[in-house]
Amino acid sequence: MLTRRIIPCLDVAHGRVVKGIRFSGLRDAGDPVERARAYQQQGGDELVVLDVAATVEARAHHLQVLRDMRHALMIPLTAGGGVKGIDDAAALLEAGADKVAVNTAAVERPELLVELAERFGRQCVVVAIDARRLKADAPVPGAPVPDWEVVIRAGTTSCGRDALEWAEEATTLGAGEILLTSWDRDGTRLGYDLELITAVHARVGTPIIASGGAATVEHLAEAFAAGADAVLAASIFHDHETTVSQIKDDLHQLGIEVRR
Amino acid sequence: MADSGGVTVLRTGAANLASVVAALERAQQTIRWADSAQDVVDAGHVVLPGVGAFGPAMARLRADGFVQALRTRIEQGQPTLAVCLGLQLLGAGSDESPNVEGLGVFSQRAVAFGGGLRVPQLGWNRVEPAGDWLTSDYAYFANSYFLAEAPVGWAAAYSTYGSQRLVAAIGRRGVLACQFHPELSGPWGQALVERWLAGGWPC
Repeated sequence: MLTRRIIPCLDVAHGRVVKGIRFSGLRDAGDPVERARAYQQQGGDELVVLDVAATVEARAHHLQVLRDMRHALMIPLTAGGGVKGIDDAAALLEAGADKVAVNTAAVERPELLVELAERFGRQCVVVAIDARRLKADAPVPGAPVPDWEVVIRAGTTSCGRDALEWAEEATTLGAGEILLTSWDRDGTRLGYDLELITAVHARVGTPIIASGGAATVEHLAEAFAAGADAVLAASIFHDHETTVSQIKDDLHQLGIEVRR
Repeated sequence: MADSGGVTVLRTGAANLASVVAALERAQQTIRWADSAQDVVDAGHVVLPGVGAFGPAMARLRADGFVQALRTRIEQGQPTLAVCLGLQLLGAGSDESPNVEGLGVFSQRAVAFGGGLRVPQLGWNRVEPAGDWLTSDYAYFANSYFLAEAPVGWAAAYSTYGSQRLVAAIGRRGVLACQFHPELSGPWGQALVERWLAGGWPC
């Protein structure tokens, strides 16, 4: 039986792990290779490493971080942050990533997903979708308003697309997995946006990694129940509140199959 | 331990080789790249990695002239490790590229997952060997196609995705072919790679 995955996420800027709330207010959370080793040791099922600086100067540094991680890791590694084209993706894969996450560039030019899937295979292509809830805002009477919209450029820009429609289109074009982040919940510790997970799960047939808002093992269990195949978490691990192995023991107690 | 000649890796085009290279380097192996069919014939150990699509990978093997050399060394049980798509390439063909012939070492074909399963299968699944040639543990899979039955004469291990049983690995003498990625399957996967380097299986 395929187990549910626990995926620690490292946001990296200029060679350091950082963590923010609602995509801003970054603070330092350690050395990325050291953190990656620790999460592997604890039973992390794979790692996601995002270059949140994503500038030209930061990129070279980031590739070296990935090379060092690959040397240390015997589990899969997804890399992303600022991937604009095939060449960026190829550089991340050559440095040691097994999968590449694309976000803004795919929204702006969806054919990128086709190109990536043709070149590297869809199992290698993760579409990262940052979804912001519109439901709570005052809807325009009579006008169709999506429940969630896609935000891009690290959450700073609304692009007016329906997040569910984009999830479906992206997987049709070439994404083999969806990294689904709730903009509203990211960093808030309020739990995942379960309705968002349920809605995307009903719409697409590819695996979903739920992201944004995890603080407790119950939050993770709820995300799995809503249809997530994997859960991404950052601060609960970075802040040493708990370990991946403790989380997995607790999930096992709740009857959820995990690799232990 | 493996001969000091290192490991010869085939480039099947799009394949991401960094992880498999890292696993071999952790096992103190020197990496060589296969540039000619003779390299594949002469090599002590050969790795056929597999990420990408069936058709383009076979086209690359044909263009490089590796098909006969690979088939021969697998039939003779010379040390060869085939990973993921690499396992499927040993068969007759695949639903993924219906008109493309595989290496034809055995007659099984790779087929697509059906029945509402989420595709690709991504993540850690339990590997259950038939017999005691492998220990049972979790391995990392990333596949949309699979072999339903192992070929006769090979040691086999299976996994179950949803209600679908699939071939997880097969082995015969020096040959190990895995649907999962041993290079991404933690210490168990690393130990499997090292056991293959050390001599394989007496079956």
